[in-house]
Amino acid sequence: MVFYAIKRIVLAILIIASAVSTMFVMIHAVPGDPANVMLGPRATPEIKEALRARLHLDQPLTTQLFYFFKGLISGNFGFDLRSNRPVLDIVLEQLPHTLILVSSALIVSTFGIPVGCYAAIHRNGRFDRIVGAISVSIIAMPAIVVGLYMLLFFSVELRLFPVIGAGDSQDWLNYLWHLTLPVVTIGIAWIGYLSRLVRASMIEVLNQNHVRMARAFGLPEVRVISRYALRIAVLPTITMMGVSVAFILSSTVITEIIFARPGLGSLLYESVLSRNYPLVMGTVLVSTIFIVSGTTIADLINAALDPRALQETD
Amino acid sequence: MPLDQKRGLQNFTDKPSTMVVSRLFRDPMGLVGLLIVISFVMVAIFADFLAPYDPSKIDILNKLQGPSAEHLFGTDQLGRDTLSRLIFGTQIALMVAGVSIGLAVLIGSILGVIAGYGPNWLDFVIMLLFDMVRSYPVIMFALAVVVLFGPSLYTIMAIIVATSFPTYGRLMRTQTQSLRQAEYILSARALGIGAPRILLKHVLPNAIGPILIIASMDVPFVIALEAGLSFLGLGVRPPTPSWGSILNDGYTYIRNSKWILISAGIPLILVTIGFTFLGEQLRDIFDPKIDRGSR
Repeated sequence: MVFYAIKRIVLAILIIASAVSTMFVMIHAVPGDPANVMLGPRATPEIKEALRARLHLDQPLTTQLFYFFKGLISGNFGFDLRSNRPVLDIVLEQLPHTLILVSSALIVSTFGIPVGCYAAIHRNGRFDRIVGAISVSIIAMPAIVVGLYMLLFFSVELRLFPVIGAGDSQDWLNYLWHLTLPVVTIGIAWIGYLSRLVRASMIEVLNQNHVRMARAFGLPEVRVISRYALRIAVLPTITMMGVSVAFILSSTVITEIIFARPGLGSLLYESVLSRNYPLVMGTVLVSTIFIVSGTTIADLINAALDPRALQETD
Repeated sequence: MPLDQKRGLQNFTDKPSTMVVSRLFRDPMGLVGLLIVISFVMVAIFADFLAPYDPSKIDILNKLQGPSAEHLFGTDQLGRDTLSRLIFGTQIALMVAGVSIGLAVLIGSILGVIAGYGPNWLDFVIMLLFDMVRSYPVIMFALAVVVLFGPSLYTIMAIIVATSFPTYGRLMRTQTQSLRQAEYILSARALGIGAPRILLKHVLPNAIGPILIIASMDVPFVIALEAGLSFLGLGVRPPTPSWGSILNDGYTYIRNSKWILISAGIPLILVTIGFTFLGEQLRDIFDPKIDRGSR
């Protein structure tokens, strides 16, 4: 187990490092000089030269990469080209908004658990079939359509919810009010997904011996399901959530832009449009760390719960 | 031979393709999916005949109209017919999905077969590549790439290929690994048949089914990605009608006319339902065990 954990963590660091290097090389291999962006068109060549030297832009790519990683280890992610503030500060400022959005969406998605549970118990009933068709189509529904439709109907037509922004972070009721539509946009697909997942594992668990045994002892059905079946059936969803961080982050980007919410997605979009390379790197790096740790933690939890996973090579 | 046994034998010798079609027709979900997919393909092919107007014909006097007899889905901020623009957008959406998923399947399958059949160190390197690509959030990667290489149809397709080939690669690797020890593969090797020929003639045909199912279920995600990038102004350039850029028009003029946004969402929803239902049904028929997992 310890060996497996070490192996997974080393692999995670390796993945982050190679992903970031790829990004770095791609950004720097393309024409377009960050010095121009930073200083504007009226800067003299001498000033540009000085800046290039300061940012190591005059060095070969491998040396630049070395300086970049050296900076990372000491917590220096580079500086914003516009305000010259540390990139890490800016990213960490925006991160809570995204974290709140993602975690609220995950909480909302747990509505799928009772739905899937009910569908599994009444398998092939009318409820199961209807819910099945709805969840299958909702899982793949693009966040962009869900978000825009909700914006149109609930904010613009019915005026029930605010159109833009994250609200006042001091006033939590106002903040929650701004949070509702974005959270539903991201969470709705996950309600469908979790209900399918729980349904499938519940059907499997209900056929197992210990559940049959509990029934044979004459325990009430509610107790059999809540105590003996659902507990086991929920396990796969926990590991699934870790693996899905990448997917959730993707829909978060679009959602943040549609609802004009601050967060990693909006930050990335703005920095990409203004070609603010250090900020792009910082945002991508933080989200990659986010995703890789999600996957790794999920793998480790999975291994701790189910020793069979240790034997798999990948 | 008794009669019922004979009939059983006959069923068994039915061509697999007819069996798939008949099972597809028996389930309403699969049938709906199939019909939607076929009609979208038809719309894309016959766009020139089906579109009531030229998609880029500007009619400023009739801008931002609601649905009417002349313009079934209304008009946009330049008075262009939304229905015609959506019909031509279908061509872009299906072309992007078809070409890029096709390439991703090809590249993924080749790498997957190599990983599954080749030496261990190569397997490790390829799996690391897959894991690396998978750890990027697709949209973030796409945003960064589009700005570096400029927005165009080719950039979008390249992004989709680059982000989705690991899905197919992993699947192909698992399939190859399980087939590797199969008796007919071992006997082919014993006969001295070379690895490329074994892989091409014996492994590939057996592994391709599940891959096609996943590919079908991937189509909505790819189309949504194209729409998302075009929505952000980082995809297909403006005069070309794309579902995403029409959504963006609707978003921009959301307070003037709700009809652009409403009608631009409809094809995306239908295409999603169509390909997902079809994929689910095909999966139930071929192999209930495989799961596309998450992206």
